[in-house]
Amino acid sequence: MEDKLNDDIGEAKRLQLWEMMLKLRSVEKKAYDLFLQNLIKGTSHLALGQEAIAGAFGIALQEGDYTFCTYRGHAHTLARGSSIEGVLGELMGRQCGLMKGKGGSMHLTDVEKGVMGSYAIIGAHLTIANGTALASKYNKTKEVSVCFFGDGTTNIGAFHEALNMAKIWDLPIVFVCENNLYMEYTAISEVTAVEHPAADRASAYSLDKIIVDGNDADEMYRTAQTAIKKARYGHGPSLIEAKTYRHSGHSRADPGKYRPDEEVKDWMENKDPIKNYRQKLLEFNIDEKTITGIESKIQQQVEEATNISKNSPIPDIKEIYTDVWADGGYKWHN
Amino acid sequence: MAQLTYRESVSLAIAQAMRKDPKVFFIGEDVGAAGGVFKATVGLLDEFGKERVMDAPISEQAILGAAMGAAMTGLRPIAEIMFSDFLAVCWDIIANQIAKTRYMSDGQINIPLVIRTANGGGSKFGAQHSQSLENWSMMIPGLKVVAPSCASDVLGLMDASVKDPDPVIFYEHKSLYASKEQLENTNLSIPLGQANILHEGADITIIGLALMAQRSKKAAQILKEKHNINAKVIDLRTLVPLDLQTIKRSIIETGLVITVEENPRLCGWGAEISSLITEHCFSNLKGPVTRVTTPHVPLPSADILEDNTIPSVDLIINEVIKKVKGE
Ligand SMILES: Cc1ncc(C[n+]2csc(CCOP(=O)(O)OP(=O)(O)O)c2C)c(N)n1
Ligand SMILES: [Mg+2]
Repeated sequence: MEDKLNDDIGEAKRLQLWEMMLKLRSVEKKAYDLFLQNLIKGTSHLALGQEAIAGAFGIALQEGDYTFCTYRGHAHTLARGSSIEGVLGELMGRQCGLMKGKGGSMHLTDVEKGVMGSYAIIGAHLTIANGTALASKYNKTKEVSVCFFGDGTTNIGAFHEALNMAKIWDLPIVFVCENNLYMEYTAISEVTAVEHPAADRASAYSLDKIIVDGNDADEMYRTAQTAIKKARYGHGPSLIEAKTYRHSGHSRADPGKYRPDEEVKDWMENKDPIKNYRQKLLEFNIDEKTITGIESKIQQQVEEATNISKNSPIPDIKEIYTDVWADGGYKWHN
Repeated sequence: MAQLTYRESVSLAIAQAMRKDPKVFFIGEDVGAAGGVFKATVGLLDEFGKERVMDAPISEQAILGAAMGAAMTGLRPIAEIMFSDFLAVCWDIIANQIAKTRYMSDGQINIPLVIRTANGGGSKFGAQHSQSLENWSMMIPGLKVVAPSCASDVLGLMDASVKDPDPVIFYEHKSLYASKEQLENTNLSIPLGQANILHEGADITIIGLALMAQRSKKAAQILKEKHNINAKVIDLRTLVPLDLQTIKRSIIETGLVITVEENPRLCGWGAEISSLITEHCFSNLKGPVTRVTTPHVPLPSADILEDNTIPSVDLIINEVIKKVKGE
């Protein structure tokens, strides 16, 4: 057990991490319920089980920093402070959604909060995140860009091009590979030449090999802080490989049957970031009442946001014809 | 007699091609053990093993590059690009390498391969997983473009595509995977460049492809029952090569034509066909060609928005009525 007196994180930060992870989990669970009620159409990729990664970065980042995430991005968006109804409303295709139903679950975007988009074509956003980092360097501002992606993404060319470029330009960027052991339905080990899909490639781009337990919120927070600080103070990019596991299938349609039962059970029961963090809070003598108080507060927030989303009107079909161009319209001839 | 879904017909078509020719192999992401994200390749790994059904990493350029190289030396690859939208990440290999190498090599090199991909909207997957992209490949000399609208066409056109000595992009429609058909015989072959008549009629010609061909057929049935309009529906099946003769014959009969495209309007295949019709059938036309398309917008995600963006059966019916009434 860690020595409380020697605690570099502290109770206040820990409670923030707790609240954050709970929020991410409760919203994802709600999203799942809403599918079952057929209130969410289309597809959706839940990050259940991976909350510590987006959560820790959410706490460690500052206002003005940029984040880029994937189609599995509800949690990463919420972690930057986007509203719950903004996210759930978008999934439900309602007017209160972050993009009024035009983008959907895979493209959550909230620029005001630094959420520079959710990207659904593998690899693209690593190169784009270099661009916001380049702009920060160019403008001599101190924002940091963070780019989240999965293990499967390390096998597309864009991953390699982006890392090389980030390094030669010394960009203020943090690349975070959430290694959940699977691409869609195929184990990453079956299609990758190295054991650690991101970390074992780091040396090819003169980057440190960083592997972290992505389900340990404290470790994640420390790793995030170090990398963010490095980027913010002009010491260049980092590549972090965070080991984790998704509790659900790849997407809505996937029951995840290709994963061995024992493996799933082990991650769900012994390595659940939230269950384990709750235990840790108790070990740090944070009282049960404080912990449950936060739990009920989050429950209430999620219920309220769900009601707002359910009561929000469906978008006007005129929305189809807006915002193709910067003038707000879609016309291409006079 | 067997009932087959479009989805099942894909795996059967690939299996039949692999049984007939040991040089045929299949490669893609999550296609083997998982049977594909649309479950359209279930059973192939079990039947043919890992040497002929290969699970690839997320490396589309390398998948198609390898397929091209293998085809150059006489193998017959079928490669899957999971969603047609991802063709964009390997477009160099398709548009610059696969399409042009035969020509640039003065015919020394043949590239007999099939790239199959899930295309089109209707699933509320948003702008990057729903596009209808036949036009991208149609405008590149050297590529053949196939888009089946039913299970039997999947079987017949896949057979011809695999045997074809040139590269074929085979667009399967996501919203048709669940559609069913009763089949007497599954060992079919349909030559590329032969359109199919889905509904007979002499008042107007409706030309469609894939999902839009099926919606046009539905529209024609309703037009006949409720509006006393007899529309002939042509399912093009393949854009390259194109069955211009069937189009011409029908227009001589009807004098009126509507194309129904799922893609956004600009540079859609209907524009090319409309221009051919003006060139070849001008004197037969009783009015201008009408193009029904998605408006010039990316596809939105919310169900109400997507449903009102892609041409619907109702929209086709309304356009036909306007056209026949001369409005
Ligand atoms: C270029 C491209 N190829 C394939 C896909 C289909 N696809 C979507 S998610 C995915 C798996 C990605 O795995 P990983 O990077 O590990 O992320 P995870 O889903 O596990 O979070 C694949 C193959 C895609 N979206 N883009
Ligand atoms: Mg993964």
